[in-house]
This record gives sequence, C-alpha cells and structure tokens, in this order.
Amino acid sequence: MSGLLQEMTEKAQRLNIPFNVQLDLTYRCNERCVHCYLDHDDHGEMTTVEIKHLLDEMAEAGVFILTLSGGEIFLRKDFFELLEHARHLMFCVKLKTNAVLIRESQAARIRDLGVESVQISIYSHRPEVHDGITLIPGSLKRSVDAIRFLKSQGLKVIIANVLMTQNRQDYPGVRALAAELGVECTLDPTITPMMDGNRSTLDLAVDQNTLRQVFRDTALVGDVDEFCAIPAPSGESELESTPCSAGHTACYVSPYGEVFPCVQFPLPTGNVRQQRFVDIWRDSDRMKEVRSIRLKDLTTCPSCTHVGSCTRCPGLAFMEGNMRGPSSQDCGKSFARTGIPSANMLAKKSAAANLGHNLVQIRTAPNLASATA
Amino acid sequence: MSRLYMARNPKVAARSLDGEMMIMSGRDSTLFTLNKTATILWQSADGTTPLDEIVKRRICSEFEVEPTEALHDAENLARELASHEILQISEEPIPPRNTVAGESRAGESQ
Repeated sequence: MSGLLQEMTEKAQRLNIPFNVQLDLTYRCNERCVHCYLDHDDHGEMTTVEIKHLLDEMAEAGVFILTLSGGEIFLRKDFFELLEHARHLMFCVKLKTNAVLIRESQAARIRDLGVESVQISIYSHRPEVHDGITLIPGSLKRSVDAIRFLKSQGLKVIIANVLMTQNRQDYPGVRALAAELGVECTLDPTITPMMDGNRSTLDLAVDQNTLRQVFRDTALVGDVDEFCAIPAPSGESELESTPCSAGHTACYVSPYGEVFPCVQFPLPTGNVRQQRFVDIWRDSDRMKEVRSIRLKDLTTCPSCTHVGSCTRCPGLAFMEGNMRGPSSQDCGKSFARTGIPSANMLAKKSAAANLGHNLVQIRTAPNLASATA
Repeated sequence: MSRLYMARNPKVAARSLDGEMMIMSGRDSTLFTLNKTATILWQSADGTTPLDEIVKRRICSEFEVEPTEALHDAENLARELASHEILQISEEPIPPRNTVAGESRAGESQ
C-alpha cells in the first residue's frame, strides 16, 4: 500500500468511514471450482435498482475503493449498467472475475469506464490442472485470452493464484505465464470453509512441507532470512492495535444485501434491504463488537511469539468458533515460516497430552473392576 | 487573453474524506490529495465555466487574494492537475459528452 493510501486509510479508520467495500453482485458462476465456498444458486439477488441505490448510499458514506466480485460478475445482464453507475459515482472500481466471458468488446468497455484493475483467477499454467479445478474444459484458454484482451486495452490485470493440493507444484509456471503476459501475480494458500460452515474444502489446503517450500522461495518472498525470521517480541502498543481492516475500514455486502465485516467473516450485521448501509456500518452491535477487538483481547494469541507478525484472519477464527480465538490456518503459516509453533498449536498439543493422560487413568481402573467382580 | 476551461477527467476515481479530496489517477493509480484551492477547482470543473469566473466567484470570495494573482496561481494549478491527467483543460468549452462523470457529484460524500 502506498504511503498516501495508508495515510488515507488510517484517516478513514479515525473517522469510522467504510473506505473499502467488496460487493458481490451474484453467487451464480460459470465455473465450479473445487475449493469454492459459495452456494451458486440464486436465492434472491438484489435487483438493478436495489444495487444502484446501494451504490448511492455507499458513495454518500464515503466508500472509495469498491471491489465488484462474485460468483461471476459477468453473469449479471446488468453488469455494465451497474459498473457505469459505480464509475459515475467516482468509486475506484476493482473487478474480480474468472474472465471467461470477457472478449475484445467487453475489455474495451471496461477500459472506457476507467476501472482501476481486473483480478483474474488462474490456478495453473497447465490446462489439465486449471480446468480440473474449475471443472470447465477450455476455461484456462478463455481466461488467458481475456487477459490478453484486457492488456491490449492498457488495463492493469492481476492474476490471483490460490494454492491448493491440486496445483501445489504449478505456481512457478503461473508466475512465468504472468511474466509472459506482462501482468502481476499473487499467490494465496488460504482455503476458506463454505459459507454454511461446511469445512470439507479445507482438505484441499496444502500441507506444511509445501508451505515451507513456498515461504522459502526467493522469487516469492524476496529475502528469505528476513521473511522467515523469528519475530521480535511484541510491545504493548502492538497489542493495542486492531487485528485487520474488517469492520474498521472495510466490509462486505452479499448479493442478497447482507452486510458482513469481510467476505471471509460471515457474521451478519444487517441487510441493506431493511436499513441504510451507513446505519449498519455505524450502529450494528455486531459491527461494533468486531470493531472493539484489539490484539490484547484475543484468547490465546497475546502470549504467542507470532502475535506481531501473524496473518491471523478474524473471519477464519470466527468460522472455527470464536472471533477472538486463533485461526489455525494462520498458525500453520507462522509455523511453516519460522519453525516455531504458535501458542495455539502448543495449547492443542498440551490439551491432547492431558486428554491422553486422562484416558490412561480411565483405562487403569482395575481396582474398580476387581471390586465389582 | 484566451480563457481556460476545465473538466474532470472521467477516468479518475475521487472521494472527499472529511473535506479532503482524494483523487486516484486513471493512468497509473497514483493517489493524490488536493488542497482547499485545488479542491475548489476540481469541484468547479464542469467544462463550461471559464477559470477566471471560477476564480472570481469561488476563490476570491473565499480567500483574501488579489484577482490577477489568484488567476495566475489557479492557471498554474490547473495545468499541474492536467499534467497528472486529473483535469482536462482547453481554451474552448469542453462538452459534457467527454466526461463520463460530468453530471456526478464530483466524488462528494457526507
């Protein structure tokens, strides 16, 4: 984040302004990615009029960065009407898409409307792997063609590569593809549970060995010694800081108008079909609760070596059962990075040992057995 | 002397944060914040009102400044904003059809 953007974000936080919002226009999708956390059926998406009204409210509330995502945004027939309205309101608009439906004419229109960037999911440089994840034959070719169309219009394109068991060897190939196309590339090993709480998708997350390998790849992290260094002890000021931007300067709105602190934090805080967006942002008790949490308030993390450098996601912690608790996926990342187990990992190990001890005690009750024999 | 007209570049993103105008360049995503005078120019850049009138109506009335000096400074500022592609400037009125956000509220919020 640039210095000025950081400064403006901090100012927004002081003023309690939702600076950065992701709005999912639909959960419908033309791909069926194996790791996806969404229910793709339409359970009553907001109409064109409702979304335009919401965009008006968001502009009035001070939202600056607007990420339009899904589902697949281009499945909405009114997509360009909504995008035009958003740009009319002068949002900094970022798009997230699989780009399968973007051809030359759509790319030109996106450029004309002044979109800031387009993020496109690419899982592998090999069709058999990418298409095996999206479950749509030919999808890699369509997405890569779209990247070329967008680039030819001078647009900023970012490849988003989610790392999972199916594609764990392919991220160097995706990076090479991005370099060939002249676009940025990000890599994220986070797999999110389904929005209904089903955690089966987590089986697709890569193991510790793969994470260790990724975190020691200089092409990805730069200075490995610095990236994997044992973190310095955290001071009191760090413990007074907020866990992340969710609920502080950022939030998420679903296609059904539900407002959440983040796309990865499914705590319902209100619905724009019933309340004004800004009223939910400012007055929701749940949003206020999220906003009140400081690192020192967390259950296990304040005593953890990694507390100052951890990527702990409050939403993933919430989905594990406690928004103030640890996020095991992030504990795993900190461990893979530094080789030092997190306080949560040590606590679980200790609990398992105690459980084992108790079981031994139950097993060794011969006196009771003999007494009743 | 020719008159200068200004229009907001439709490719930028803009929002007022507690009275401080943020503008993100559509060219390279560089973020700018505008001072009070630049914000007035931005908000007044409708493509049809000449700069000297904006200076007379909006700047001289708000700041204690001599009109000729104010116009000179405003022209320099407008040219600087144009060099960053935040504003379009022309010696002819700029038709609204060239501005996607021509009728918008110029990024103003509560």
